[in-house]
Amino acid sequence: MEPSVKKKILTVDDSRTMRDMVSFTLRAAGYDVVEAPDGQAAMTAIAAAKVDLVITDLNMPVMDGLTLIRKLRAIPTHRSLPILMLTTEADEKKKAEGRSAGATGWIVKPFNPDKLVSVVQKVCG
Amino acid sequence: MDDLSRFKQTYFDESAELLAVAEAGLLRLSPGDVDMDEVNAIFRAVHSIKGGGGAFGFSDLVAFSHEFETVMDEVRNSAIPVTTELVDTLIRANDVLAQMLAYAGEGVDAPPGATDDTVAALRHALAASGGGGTASAAPQTPPPATSAVNDDEDDEAGIFGDAMAAINAARDSEAPSPPPADRVRWTIVFRPKSDLLLSGNEPAYMLRALRRLGDAEIVCHLDDLPKLADLDAELLHLSWTITLTADAEVGRERIDDVFEFVADECDIQITADAPLPAVIAPPPKRDAPPNTPPALSESALVPPGATAAKTDGTAKPRGAGTNGGPGTNGGSGGGEHAGLTTHTIRVDLDKIDRLVNMVGEMVITQAMIAEHLRDVPPGQFQELQEGLEQLAQHTRELRESVMSIRAQPVSSVFSRMPRLVRECAALTGKEVQLATSGENTEVDKTVVENLVDPLTHMIRNSIDHGLESPDERERMGKPRAGTVHLSAQHRSGRIVIEVTDDGRGINRAKVLSKAIEKGLVQPGASMTDEEIDHLIFLPGFSTADQVSNLSGRGVGMDVVRRNISSLGGRIGVYSTPGEGSRFVLSLPLTLAVLDGMVISVGEERFVLPLTNIVESLRPKPADLHGLVNKCDVIMARGEYVRLVHLHRLFGIPKAIDDATKGLVVLVETEDGSRLGLVVDEVLGQQQVVIKSLESNFRRLDGVAAATILGDGRVALILDVAGLREMSRHSGDSASGGGRSPAPALPAPKSESRQRQTV
Repeated sequence: MEPSVKKKILTVDDSRTMRDMVSFTLRAAGYDVVEAPDGQAAMTAIAAAKVDLVITDLNMPVMDGLTLIRKLRAIPTHRSLPILMLTTEADEKKKAEGRSAGATGWIVKPFNPDKLVSVVQKVCG
Repeated sequence: MDDLSRFKQTYFDESAELLAVAEAGLLRLSPGDVDMDEVNAIFRAVHSIKGGGGAFGFSDLVAFSHEFETVMDEVRNSAIPVTTELVDTLIRANDVLAQMLAYAGEGVDAPPGATDDTVAALRHALAASGGGGTASAAPQTPPPATSAVNDDEDDEAGIFGDAMAAINAARDSEAPSPPPADRVRWTIVFRPKSDLLLSGNEPAYMLRALRRLGDAEIVCHLDDLPKLADLDAELLHLSWTITLTADAEVGRERIDDVFEFVADECDIQITADAPLPAVIAPPPKRDAPPNTPPALSESALVPPGATAAKTDGTAKPRGAGTNGGPGTNGGSGGGEHAGLTTHTIRVDLDKIDRLVNMVGEMVITQAMIAEHLRDVPPGQFQELQEGLEQLAQHTRELRESVMSIRAQPVSSVFSRMPRLVRECAALTGKEVQLATSGENTEVDKTVVENLVDPLTHMIRNSIDHGLESPDERERMGKPRAGTVHLSAQHRSGRIVIEVTDDGRGINRAKVLSKAIEKGLVQPGASMTDEEIDHLIFLPGFSTADQVSNLSGRGVGMDVVRRNISSLGGRIGVYSTPGEGSRFVLSLPLTLAVLDGMVISVGEERFVLPLTNIVESLRPKPADLHGLVNKCDVIMARGEYVRLVHLHRLFGIPKAIDDATKGLVVLVETEDGSRLGLVVDEVLGQQQVVIKSLESNFRRLDGVAAATILGDGRVALILDVAGLREMSRHSGDSASGGGRSPAPALPAPKSESRQRQTV
């Protein structure tokens, strides 16, 4: 039978520690992970390869997370690309901003690895 | 969460970098000239430290960084004005944060109340803004989350119901079932400019043409459709996404044909369904839109046979990707990651040090083999000799590569100095500008690290003792602000660092009287200006009338000199009264290996650093001149050079005294002064591994370090500038009369015997 192709997840964060932790957790859960340090690099990465899910930090140099979400949503092919945002605390204002920018959901960091995996599974299978 | 503890080291490393970024940013932050990018960078640094700290459960650290972050947030929202007081508070907060990180790194709790003062100051700053901070205020009417579907959320994560519903709907409609074999699924995003219709083109025809190529599923996007009242009937407000499943022989160019006449007036993105087919023709005469696959690079990788297939339009069907083996995936994966490849890796320093050690041992082994082969008559074992020469060459290259791994730009030290200058200026009430140059000069990591203390002290010294007060400077016609210039450069295989100030220069009368008072100099001694200036390096010397709490912390320039010489370096001072002083540090680039020339004097072997050697010559009697009661000089290349008999200096018996019978090695110090060393013989060039004499024995004048030669003997590596000093004071007449004559060699020799057995 056909071997299932690994889903590819792009994690966008200017913090190396965070990227490492997200990548490690998701790779352990069987996902393929690529990384980008800011929104601009994320746009390049998405143009270069199809990704199934984007997990982005909000505060980043060059291009912040909300701008990244808006830019992606402006491209028709990425209108239904799941995008999760990592926020530092359960901040209603941030969540509302993310929602109106077009985010699919949010995860509070520090995240619980199991929680991260379960949310990721919900949005991209 | 235990799984994540492996990232702690990454976190601490990254946090150290972030702290440095924040500190540099804070130091540049000045009232009235606020660079918002800088402020944002500081905010992000604190934010990232907090975020990671939370992941590892460092609750004290998180609590404190939250306070810090809140203030930074207000600064970047321009809710708090940037004042000198605020900057001071923030710099203090950055220090406390560093402290908290240190506690976390050691796994201990911060002492209770450690952050209280700083937190109070931060809150005070926040209160001063009058707002109390939006962070603590309730969020102002967030747009009500009106979603048709309930959000799926808890405290830690959530999914916006409507967003998820939209994705599911899109997924269902996309029905991403793989296309049947032999067929390719194309996704075409067709966004015509609004004036397309004015040029007589009809998008509907193009859509029909696409239909003729295969099964087309067409989605029309109405997002840009204006309200009826605003609608201009002559303009086009629609865009389309077409999913075309076509036979494999329908190539990209057939699709391009459809848009042939409108390509310039539309935004068209054509992608084959991922994974990428083996061949995609590059888009004709258009700049690739940002989110098309890197078609050019992909097709460039295709072997010639496949390129031929491309012209037939037989793109490889997607099926190959879905059930293809890892080979297919790996191949496309390489291209996909191209934009993300990092060109650096982080390596544990221990590993590099082990490598450096091994290279050192290899250098010794190579020298040992060379030593054994020296006795072989020339012409024999020709190939072995040649091989050995190559080995020597490779060893040298290997050594240089390894050393370059350890090399670091001095900017990591220089970047700490602005803060120091700021503090010193504040403490002394002087106005100081710091200028730096050559920050990118690279030098061994150990050298860089050991530069911090000496440079700190020298800069303090320059500001405290060198620079005048602003008023005094004004009276003298100088700008109110004094300048301290810090520079680094490579010279003669060493790194030379200079600290220059435009202050009052060294007060020689005061220095001399102080030295006499302390018994360091005999009253009435005649000394040159240079010699007087160098008195400040003597132990127990301090000129400040009152010990200020800046420079006078119990360390003097003698400590600086000791630190520098323990690194194999030297320090000198050049001063002009009224105009300023210049301190010059010269240090070796590496502390591990050097290229040396082995020379013999009597029974002893010495190593001269190659970088010091100008030439060696056998003088004719006519070249030698004796100065009465002084030293001998030699005429070399039209210049008189002082001769130094090494055997006299070190008291070595049975050595050649007559320079015309031995050899003279002409050497040069970093400051350009020359010296002729009288030796018995020059044995040859060799890389030697530097073994510290101080850590194994003790410091000797005129000797920089020791090494082990190929035959297992210990040889001393000579310090040319040190030799010059010794010869100047001893007058080269035997070893007596010198200020601190080097002991004759029995002690190191006995050590050498021990070492031989090791």
